[in-house]
Amino acid sequence: MKQVLGDKRAILTLVGPALIVYTVVMLVPVMWSLGYTFFDGNAITGFRFTGLDNFTRLWEDTKVHDAFVFTLKYAAVVTVGQVLIGYGLALLYVFVLRRYSATVRTLLFFPIVLPTVAVGLLFQQLFSIAPQTGPVNSFLNMLGFASIDWFGDGGSAFVVIAVMDIWRSMGFYGVLLYAGLVDIPEDVLEAARTDGAGPLRLVRHVVLPLSWPVLVSAVIFSINGTLKVFDSIMALTDGGPGTSTSPLTLYMFQTSFTYGDYGYGSSVALLLTLLCLVVTVFIFRASRRDLTKG
Amino acid sequence: MASPGTIFRAATLAVAGTTVFALTACTGGGGAEHSEFSLLINTENNEIPSVLTTLSEGVCSDQNNALPLEVETVPQTNLDQQLQLLAGQGDLPVLYSAGNAPALTEELADSGHVMDFEESLTDLGVIDRVEPAAISTIENLYGGFHVLPFEYNIEGIWYNKALFEEHDLAVPETWDELVAAAQTFSDAGVLPFSASGEQGWPITRFIGNYLYRDLGPDAMERIESGEAELDDPEYVRAAQAVADLGEAGFFEEGVGSIDMDTSTHQFLTGDAAMFYMGSWALSDFNNEEGNDIGAENIGFMPFPEVEGGEGNSDQLAANVGLPVTMNAQALNEDTGSWMSCIVENYGTTGLEQENRISGFTLGEEPEGVPQLTQDVQELVTDTDETVLWFEALFSTEATDTSQSNAAPLVTGSLTPEEFMTFVQADLF
Repeated sequence: MKQVLGDKRAILTLVGPALIVYTVVMLVPVMWSLGYTFFDGNAITGFRFTGLDNFTRLWEDTKVHDAFVFTLKYAAVVTVGQVLIGYGLALLYVFVLRRYSATVRTLLFFPIVLPTVAVGLLFQQLFSIAPQTGPVNSFLNMLGFASIDWFGDGGSAFVVIAVMDIWRSMGFYGVLLYAGLVDIPEDVLEAARTDGAGPLRLVRHVVLPLSWPVLVSAVIFSINGTLKVFDSIMALTDGGPGTSTSPLTLYMFQTSFTYGDYGYGSSVALLLTLLCLVVTVFIFRASRRDLTKG
Repeated sequence: MASPGTIFRAATLAVAGTTVFALTACTGGGGAEHSEFSLLINTENNEIPSVLTTLSEGVCSDQNNALPLEVETVPQTNLDQQLQLLAGQGDLPVLYSAGNAPALTEELADSGHVMDFEESLTDLGVIDRVEPAAISTIENLYGGFHVLPFEYNIEGIWYNKALFEEHDLAVPETWDELVAAAQTFSDAGVLPFSASGEQGWPITRFIGNYLYRDLGPDAMERIESGEAELDDPEYVRAAQAVADLGEAGFFEEGVGSIDMDTSTHQFLTGDAAMFYMGSWALSDFNNEEGNDIGAENIGFMPFPEVEGGEGNSDQLAANVGLPVTMNAQALNEDTGSWMSCIVENYGTTGLEQENRISGFTLGEEPEGVPQLTQDVQELVTDTDETVLWFEALFSTEATDTSQSNAAPLVTGSLTPEEFMTFVQADLF
């Protein structure tokens, strides 16, 4: 192996194809998009160099500010929901259900397999008020409450989006974190129990520190996915009512492809990229502490 | 054995070469030779493909043999993206829906993607088969004769005659009478207005018409010229009037979730008393299968006047629907022959088959046209002055902002001032 990795031609043969594909499908479009940020126009009208105008506009655009805040709010709520519930499920699989958890794991994992658009339509029907009253509103009516127009207000629409995306992916994070928990040596857990650790202390002082790396990975995985959320919101609310549930990705998409402003759309994309980068670095740095000393 | 430097240079060259290849591949190509008479149209429009198919199997069969008709559909909400991409790649079909806002059609025309029909139809010798009024409307909207008048519509409020009689109501002629009638229906448990908040435009049409009735037929031109702004109090008044309809509960609860089919269904099943729509809905009204109340039970009222306003109800809102245009680069002998055949025959076939009033002259007197359609056709003929719709002169972004915020306006989650300020901010 050492001989192979010491041969530069072998390295080039192994890495080259992947590097070329990565360059074509990732680096070139990224650099191209970066170039667009200094231009105004689209493929129909042609492009005009505008210097830093797009960045000035980005700074002043209230729609971008709203989309930025919504993106952060969505990412925070859904990431916490996905990872916390996923962690809870993983603990349930390992410490309660143990070897009988396979069926529950499969059932809870199932929603992530469903197409996002289908899940969006499902939740539209679940929470609908018109033309038919959906099951959620019917249940509220049964309890004596009035129906709620869930998609008529930004706040309630956000609740439905968050519930849908947490429900959709909690099973996935449950399995991901389960893989981390099953790696904890049984003798360590046994020793802690022998020393008198109850379930809470066991989780707090043994399980959590030992599963910390996989937990951090799950958070980074989740936050990057949620910051870039697009399809589920597009399918469920299309950013509405108005633009109250419009994240940066949707605004970027509309700006570029509906309003035909590729340059400004690329500027929004750059803002999103920087946001993902900053948040990921922040989580990495914040996670560099020894929990066993906490 | 190659040195590490050689390998590095080779790798750099390979990556750079691939990059150049990718950049070249992504650059738009030229116009393609069309092997089909391709049509890209919004999914919601069933009539144009249906009539063209009839023509392709009948009077235009020779043209169809030379260049077969091929229809592709795209949801209206995705149409603009699709056009942007196809135009960028130089891959627009022969005929295509020209975008949700006239601003996009003008962009396409400015960049040479849209046929100048004044010139081409004159060359083909069929320009006299298009109604001058339709050409005038198109030129006002699109800055030139850039689209074909497959539809020539008037808009207004369609009402259920039986429900008006049952509640002893006269057809409203003023806004106040309209609100009073709506209140009567609401009190009686009948939905006053069916409207699709999901689409948004059936609601913003109320704002536009109110503005034309209140401020006169040049109300929106004053916005376009910058002489006035939408957040001026006299313009906000229109949004307030429409928001008040929503606050009074005159639209369906959860109106933002109501799609076009549902709103049409609500009116045609007698659940709703009034329905703002264009005359393109005649094909639905005259379809006995989906119309429980019967075409004879449907009346048309021009949008009522606003007391003390500068406009009047004779000024009907008119448009050419979501128009279809032709790719300027696709004109050749075969497509030209197709065009001539369509212009000469679409008017009559469209009216007979789909009850669709177009801007093409009628070749021969159509047979079996329902009474309601005949009445509307006469109204179109008698109309001297028309007005546009609320978003007609807006950019694509302002159109989207207006229509996506229509439901929040009537559900109260947006104030009239906020609504008008948002739209004004995206205008140009």
